[in-house]
Amino acid sequence: MSLWSRIIYAFRGDRLNHEIDEEFAAHIEEAIAAGNDPAEVRRSFGSQLRLREQSRDARIIVWLDCLRADFVFGWRQLLKRKITTAAAGLSLALAIGACTSAFRIIDALFFRPLPVAHADRLYVLARQGPDDLGALRTFDDFAYPNFARMRAAAKGQAELIAASFTYRTDLTYATDNEMEKAYVQYVSGTMFPIFGLKPTLGRLFTADDDIIPGANPYAVISYNYWSRRFAKDPHVLGRTVHIGNKIFQIIGVGPKSFTGTEPGIITDIFLPTMMNPDVTRTDLSWLRILGVINPDVPHEPLRAMLDAISLNYETERARGFVGMSQHNIEMSLQKKMLIKTAATGVSRLQGDYRRALVWLGVLVALVLLIACANVANLMTAQAASRAREMALRVSIGAGRSRLVQLVLVESAMLALFSAALGAIFAWWAAPFVVSRINPPDNPAHLILPADWRVLAFGSLLTLAVTLLFGLAPALRASAIQPVTALKGGEEPHSKHRSMYTLIAAQVAFCFVVLFFAGLFVATFRHLSSQSLGFDAKDLILIETTTPHGQPPESWSQMADTLRAVPGVKDVAIAGWPLLSGGWTGSISVNAAPPTDNWGYFLSISPGWLNTMKMRLIEGRDFNSTDSFPGQAIVSQTFVKTFFNGIDPIGRTFEKVNPFGSRQLCRVIGIIPDATYSSLHEPILPVVYVPIRHLDEHGAINPADGGTFLLRTFGINPLSLATTLRRLVTKTNPAYRVNNVQTQQELVDNQSIRERLLASIALFFAAVALLLAAIGLYGVLNYSVLRREREIGIRIAVGARIGNIARLVAQQIFVSVFIGAAAGTALGMASVRYVQTLLFGVKGTAPSMLIAPALVLLSAALLAALPAVVRAARIDPSVMLRAD
Amino acid sequence: MKKTDTMQGSLDLLVLKVLSRQPKLHGYAIMTAIKHISGDVLNAEVGSLYPALHRMEETGWIRAEWAAKDAGRRTRLYQLTAAGKKQLEAEITRWHTVSSAINRVLQEA
Repeated sequence: MSLWSRIIYAFRGDRLNHEIDEEFAAHIEEAIAAGNDPAEVRRSFGSQLRLREQSRDARIIVWLDCLRADFVFGWRQLLKRKITTAAAGLSLALAIGACTSAFRIIDALFFRPLPVAHADRLYVLARQGPDDLGALRTFDDFAYPNFARMRAAAKGQAELIAASFTYRTDLTYATDNEMEKAYVQYVSGTMFPIFGLKPTLGRLFTADDDIIPGANPYAVISYNYWSRRFAKDPHVLGRTVHIGNKIFQIIGVGPKSFTGTEPGIITDIFLPTMMNPDVTRTDLSWLRILGVINPDVPHEPLRAMLDAISLNYETERARGFVGMSQHNIEMSLQKKMLIKTAATGVSRLQGDYRRALVWLGVLVALVLLIACANVANLMTAQAASRAREMALRVSIGAGRSRLVQLVLVESAMLALFSAALGAIFAWWAAPFVVSRINPPDNPAHLILPADWRVLAFGSLLTLAVTLLFGLAPALRASAIQPVTALKGGEEPHSKHRSMYTLIAAQVAFCFVVLFFAGLFVATFRHLSSQSLGFDAKDLILIETTTPHGQPPESWSQMADTLRAVPGVKDVAIAGWPLLSGGWTGSISVNAAPPTDNWGYFLSISPGWLNTMKMRLIEGRDFNSTDSFPGQAIVSQTFVKTFFNGIDPIGRTFEKVNPFGSRQLCRVIGIIPDATYSSLHEPILPVVYVPIRHLDEHGAINPADGGTFLLRTFGINPLSLATTLRRLVTKTNPAYRVNNVQTQQELVDNQSIRERLLASIALFFAAVALLLAAIGLYGVLNYSVLRREREIGIRIAVGARIGNIARLVAQQIFVSVFIGAAAGTALGMASVRYVQTLLFGVKGTAPSMLIAPALVLLSAALLAALPAVVRAARIDPSVMLRAD
Repeated sequence: MKKTDTMQGSLDLLVLKVLSRQPKLHGYAIMTAIKHISGDVLNAEVGSLYPALHRMEETGWIRAEWAAKDAGRRTRLYQLTAAGKKQLEAEITRWHTVSSAINRVLQEA
């Protein structure tokens, strides 16, 4: 016999008992057959039951047997109260699932190391300093020549790697008519060897791909892309792909685990940095610098050295900036180099969502605590109603630890059941939330494996939850005094203090959740109800590029063609749609030196104002002979900023470019302010210039890209997308359609994070409120049940309904108020940490506190009502006769 | 008749010894064998014998199997395992050591 058999026997106890009895029976039979006195033989066995127990204990694992018995008993207890079990289980499951989802996302984005060699020594360079508007920000973009200098200087101490910001772009494997999109990242050739990555197929880049600009038209595709796009076709090597105006040859497939350096984006195609058209530009910052620092190299001297090199580079460059104000030059040089850890990779998503995800995590944790408090109260109530059973167990010799085990096993079963359901919820919810993070046509892709990290978190959480709601009731049940319990009397109040404490805690947490939800919802509403300055409805945007540039006539011909499409009312052209791009320049009025404030520019066609439904305050719209330099229409804020509010019509200003060239514009119109690039930023001074650009000799500069804006009526704008796409390329094959979207989408994209936060917070606020109300109802109902007799007597001696209501509800409302006060304090204390997530909402505004308080109070009243009614309806004659 | 208290552990020794002489005995047979061989001096109590048998079975010194008797009844037969044989030798050595030690104490006194 082995451990295994002992385990088996623990679960098949009946069979074991039967076998032991059978053996004893055979013994007795033999003895009698041998001529012994049957009575004497039977007596020799003494207490057969005790003997059986002894033999049994030898042959099974006792604690396992006890545990099994407790499980069976606990299961019966849970089944006995199906509805409460289901309610408790579901609320816990939702909370556990939400916490696990939050963990999965946070882990994937911030804690999971990149699957590369030396991830623990991987860092990213960044510079901290004031931005255009003077606010302190961290910049992690660099120009390639700057990177090249730093890489050379750091040799021996750190291996620096350039990795461009991964972006989604058009590419084709065949003809231009079959454009598709993919995520492309330019990386140093040394990245793959430094990261210790091995190709799945072909070869990866090496240091040799890092030397001559434009000499290595090769592409490495990621394993993920290879599976998705090529179904793991081994013949993919040697195929060519057209990206921009270059042709790349696929030379390898990366390792399965590596999806790029930016959590949130799966890179499809890696290209060598040398193939980026901007690799020699000193003025364009388009890459991040990652670095693996050698183990014994101190960071500070390295940082100081890189800081000096970068500053030197920027200072050299700034010498040519005669067209920039001295103040702005100084600001741009006030940047301090930082070395930040990048073990988990670096992405914009991390920066944008760090706080939002942490606060969502806090919210779901609070909901979990509320759910735990509910279940704890439920278990306490049940433990109290099982007082006699517990007392009986103690009387016949059960130890305290056995009773604790009994109750804890029941809690653990509930927690496990909930965890299993929660796991299903998390399996669905985490990817769902991630898919909501970015614009719908370009969702975030996070690798969310369900591996040991998630499993460990889930198990720990389940254990914590079990102890959280199960330990107190278990200890209380075990501390029972059989004498008092069996007599039927109980200490009346002392035991329920913990229930009321839990109610207060629940209310406090619920208040915090409601408060935050209120803040997030107010933020979203404020953001989405902001005046845009234009009408975004029914506006389709067709973004096009014309690789070799097209003269103004082609653009207006294309606009005319589009205007003829049924359902299209109006067509205009702009460099890009509002809320999607930017173009800045210093402004000089009366040939003065350039100002510290920037002007923000957009090229538009005649009629654009009309299409956008923006009205002229003064002056006129552009006509087809207007040009840039030449004429300009400016916004009201521009007038305020640069003309001190004086009527600028007919006056001129110059756009001053960094290297000193100046472009003269005469103001011909003023329009109201419109949002330029972001709903989050203050209104900017904007200049609208004609799309007809002239070069320094006055010749036309053919535009190589632009967006057609179509105002539609009576149809769903996007239903036209395919037709329009085809029509554009058919009308003039020189045009390529990059994207078709609506202006409304661009507006919505501005508040994705806020919408996500608001909707998730609102959902959990509703859950928290429901749970707290259920908890309140449960405790109140329970206390009425326990005091039925007392209430009956009070009614019999003439108590009024008001008295009874006060008697029943007083204590609980004290708890509610204490909880609400604690919640307010907690909310006020933590609100400054969420302030960066808020927009146009002051966290400490009284209205933000009153709303959740009112909601909570009405929920509490509603939850208290049934119990009070029940108490008031007690019929003393029935009640007092019953017992 | 007065009970002869077998010393701690000696019941195991007796059972193992009996089973080494004759394999496949049931509990009652083991009990009577001890009684007969010892000339009615040693008497294994039922209340000690069965827990001891089950314990030794659990430890792996003896092995039990069910054997069919008449009319569908079964009896449980015990026999020594290899480990049991080793244990028996160890127990015998121990017994000799202990008993000779006790003898020496008695002679000295």
